[in-house]
Parts: sequence; structure tokens; C-alpha cells
Amino acid sequence: MTETVQVLLGTKKGAFILESDGSRAVWDLRGPYCETWPINHVIADPATGALYGAGGNAWFGPAVWRSTDGGTTWTHSSRGLAYAAGEAPVASVWSLAAGHGRLYAGVEPAGLFVSDDNGESWTHVEGLQRTPSRPEWNAGGAGLILHSLVLHPDDPKQIWVGISAAGVFHTADGGETWEPRNRGTRADFMPEGQTYPEHGQCVHCLVMAPGKPGRLYQQNHCGMYRSDDGGRSWASVERGLPSSFGFPAAVHPRDPERLFLVPLNGDTAGRYMPDAQAAVWRTEDGGRAWTAAREGLPQRNAFFNVLRQALATDRLAPAGVYFGTGSGEVYASRDEGGAWTRIAEHLPTISSVETFVTTG
Amino acid sequence: MRDALPRPVCVRLPALFDALFPGVERRLEVEAATVAELVDALEARWPGMRDRICDSRPEIRKHINVFVDGRRVRLDAALAPGADVFILTAISGG
Repeated sequence: MTETVQVLLGTKKGAFILESDGSRAVWDLRGPYCETWPINHVIADPATGALYGAGGNAWFGPAVWRSTDGGTTWTHSSRGLAYAAGEAPVASVWSLAAGHGRLYAGVEPAGLFVSDDNGESWTHVEGLQRTPSRPEWNAGGAGLILHSLVLHPDDPKQIWVGISAAGVFHTADGGETWEPRNRGTRADFMPEGQTYPEHGQCVHCLVMAPGKPGRLYQQNHCGMYRSDDGGRSWASVERGLPSSFGFPAAVHPRDPERLFLVPLNGDTAGRYMPDAQAAVWRTEDGGRAWTAAREGLPQRNAFFNVLRQALATDRLAPAGVYFGTGSGEVYASRDEGGAWTRIAEHLPTISSVETFVTTG
Repeated sequence: MRDALPRPVCVRLPALFDALFPGVERRLEVEAATVAELVDALEARWPGMRDRICDSRPEIRKHINVFVDGRRVRLDAALAPGADVFILTAISGG
């Protein structure tokens, strides 16, 4: 039995795939795919092996791309991926999630779509637009975007979404009704006395711990947080980190206490590596203590950022950790952050990193 | 005198459609009385093409230009029999 590890990259100029055997020692790069469209997110559906790319093109609008041959050929569709006539059109697709035989797409302006035919056609999950706070949602710097999609591993009716800058919302009835789940997360950009609103937080990335569906982590514009009750309440875990600002978060594939973050130097300070020294921060106890993983990462003049979907782990043991930079480099660790190697460079700005491990 | 025989319009599609719609004809004749009908006809022939030309308002996409007999038009523009239609990608992007 041999393992193949794929690192799926969404970039400003198409999708790319890095591929290695289970040793993760030598990587081959393929691409660009999706006709060099800006691709915000690339995922694999483990149930079918299909690859999906989400994005939007300056001329032709939004689309979800699909490959059933490992990335060699791709088709695209937007059928049904649209709001009602007269409303502001969908600008692009930001995020994808596959589970329970369905495919979900989060879009800008913020909305959720679902496909039951592998991305051929899409249906709008209208319940999210009927959420009472919907008219008050604010666009973040990149737009009003639904960028984080978390599916419950066992209950197909439960979904969490993260929207910038509206916060985290949860449905328990398959999308008919939604409730805000932001208690305990700050909104420093609100007036004094209103910094803990029910909604309106600028969530940057929302992830679920393995084997523990109530355990969520989020990287926020204003802090890093953990929830143990499915997002009903959040506790700050930013103590020990170099800043309260960053974009991506990634969980360990098996241990719910282990999380990886890439804090940046601050929201108005350039949004690059603190002190221009690259580090991935990791915790082994749910965020109580943090250590910086730096070995092999540039420790001088590292003025890059890592965007919200550009950090991922693989499911091998020990787990691999991967991140892509705004300056088009991919760094990989095959020992859970112990040592890092640059496995790609000179790529376009990297929007997303996901992994897909196959055994054959 | 009214033309007794229907005369199709001649439409030219953007070069980037070569990649998006494998096997597409870049120049073809279509029976259509408006630009919207023309887009309907293209969609019937190459499913998905409407979404690349029009958004959901519906309007011609911001960075797509449709020219009829040399003039830039909108989706509701009438097409005279034998009209020359160009669907072009505007200069945009980065």
C-alpha cells in the first residue's frame, strides 16, 4: 500500500496541485488549472475523489470547477449559483465543503448554496438571508463574504458558517433557521460598550476539532477563541500569542486539543509576520499554552501574510502541516511543525491550501 | 418591403470561450430578435454560456461587451435581420 499526498492550492491565477508519496520528501507541482481564474478554495471530496475549485473571474463571474481525473481536466458550472433577478449578483465563490453526499458553497455577497449533483447545479439556502440580523450585516475589507463552512460530521442538518463581518451562525435544521453564535468574541471596531454584540464580529476562520463536534476554534480580526459548546460561548485563547490578529487556523487531524495558527503583526501594522520572522504557533492543550514553530522558516525580512484558508494539516502520522503565502510560497512540515521546508515558490498569491491523502 | 425569409444574425464569440466551452464555434449564425434571445440560443447550444455572458440581475456582465453593428448595446437591444454581433471581453483584470 502506498500513499499519495496532494496539497491543493487556490491562487489568484488558477489552481495548482503539489504531489508527493507518503514520505512527503519530494514534491511535484502541477497546474495552473481552472483556466487561471482566481480560485479562492480547492478541496477534494474524500467520498468520491473529485476535486472542486471555487472562484470567480473578472470577465465571466463566479463558478465552481470540478475534476474527476485528479486535476487533468476540469469543467465549470454556475447553474443556480445566483440570487434572484434584480438583486446584487454573486461576485465570486469563496469556500467549499463536501459532506453527507452534498456540496456546499459560500459566496460573496454572503450566502450559502448547496448542490446535490456534484456541483452541476446549485440551490440557494434562502433561510440564511431571512436571518433577522441580515439587513445589519457589514462588509469586511474583502467584502461581505461567507468564507468558513463547517459541517457536523454526523448530523447533516447542522452547519456553522463564518461571515465577514457578520460573525458565526449555526443552523440545526438544514439551513431553514440560523442563530448567531458569537458570545464572548470581541468587536474592537464597535463603539465603547458595544464591543460584544450578538452579531457583527469579524470572524476570519472557523474550524472544528476532530472527533469532538462541540469543539470549535476561530481566528478572528479581534482575537483567537475556543468554544466547547458548538459556538454558543467562546473563550479567548490568545494569551501567549504574539498578537490578537491573524487569518488561518488548522486543527490536528486526530487530537482536538491541538491547533495551529499563523498570527500576523496586527490589522493596521501591515498584516505580515511579527518582527518579519515567520512562525506557525501551535498548542497541545486547547490554547492554554502556545509555542512558536520556526525551524526552517525565514527569520529575517519575512514580510508575507498567510490568508484565511491557506493553512492545512494532512491525516498522516505524524501529521503534515502546510501553509501558502501571499508571496506565492508553500512551506511544509512532516512532523507537526517541528521542521519546515519550502516546497514551492514563485506561485501567484495563495488563497487556500487543503490536503488530500489517498492510499492505493 | 418586409423580408419574407428570416435572416439570422451573425455572432462572434470571445477567444477565451475556446477553453471554457470545448468545441465551441467562434463564429455562427443564430435566429434571434434581441440580444436576450441570442443569449438564450447560445445557452441552448452550449449549456452554461449564459452565466459567462450575463449576471443574474440580469444584465450583460460588467466586463463583457456586446456590439451590434458596431454599437455597444444591452441585453434588451433589438437585432435587425442580418445584424453583426460581437461578444467581447473588455479590458479588465490584474
